[in-house]
Amino acid sequence: MIRAGFWAMGGYARFVWPSIGFALSVLVWNVWSALRHQARTLVRVRRALQMARSEES
Amino acid sequence: MPWFFVVAAGMIGYGLVDGLVFAPPDYQQGDAFRIIYVHAPSAWLSLFSYSTMAFAGAVALIWRIKVGYAVAAAAAPIGASFTLAALVTGSLWGRPMWGTYWAWDPRLTSELILLFLYFGVISLRQAFEDPARGDRASALLGIVGFVNVPIVHFSVYWWNSLHQGGTVMRLGKPEMPGSMLWPLLAMLCGFMFFFGAVLCMRVRGEILLRERQATWVREAVQA
Repeated sequence: MIRAGFWAMGGYARFVWPSIGFALSVLVWNVWSALRHQARTLVRVRRALQMARSEES
Repeated sequence: MPWFFVVAAGMIGYGLVDGLVFAPPDYQQGDAFRIIYVHAPSAWLSLFSYSTMAFAGAVALIWRIKVGYAVAAAAAPIGASFTLAALVTGSLWGRPMWGTYWAWDPRLTSELILLFLYFGVISLRQAFEDPARGDRASALLGIVGFVNVPIVHFSVYWWNSLHQGGTVMRLGKPEMPGSMLWPLLAMLCGFMFFFGAVLCMRVRGEILLRERQATWVREAVQA
């Protein structure tokens, strides 16, 4: 059961909720960024591998 | 690595619910104090990431252990993002408490310098055509910039500061009651596990990128 006035945060809602939101978005960005970094790295490695193969043939 | 994420999600979830819903309001700051549950872990990680980056850079420079450069490169963007989070959440906390979003206070200014140091380290690594030179230069900047870490931490004790002193990391007993402290400790641990998980992901990518000509990487990618 959420206490009464929870969303209002005692009148500080416009400071508390954006802080929580920004911090959580930083967490999400970190995961997204790490996944993107891995995916791009795999693409680069595979491309290098293909180039090496084509040079061999 | 998935377990790190599971533990991090559990601890952050518990910390947020306990801190936002069940912890009592502060007798002076009211509910605005709840920003501490994201601000303090972000600020802590901003320093911890920098220390990790500088230590890894030093290990790589001194003992020529190449994985150190990969760890330093991986830690920099994570640390920069948490430094930005610490500055933004601190600014949002400062407005109702100090009456301003920003003041050239020692703690705030040194934290801003930390963010610029992160940007410098990231930019310097990418500024060289030769990645090995970029690694060495950025590691050196990281080590030199480490002098700012104790300045950030002790600035509230060394100078007159608007920023409050330490409440958890102090030699004596923490100043917070348990009902406020436990969710904060859970958030700190959760952020640390999160940092560990994301760092592992990034280091894996960095090693793959740096060793892409190696046979083991080619075999791993083909598999």
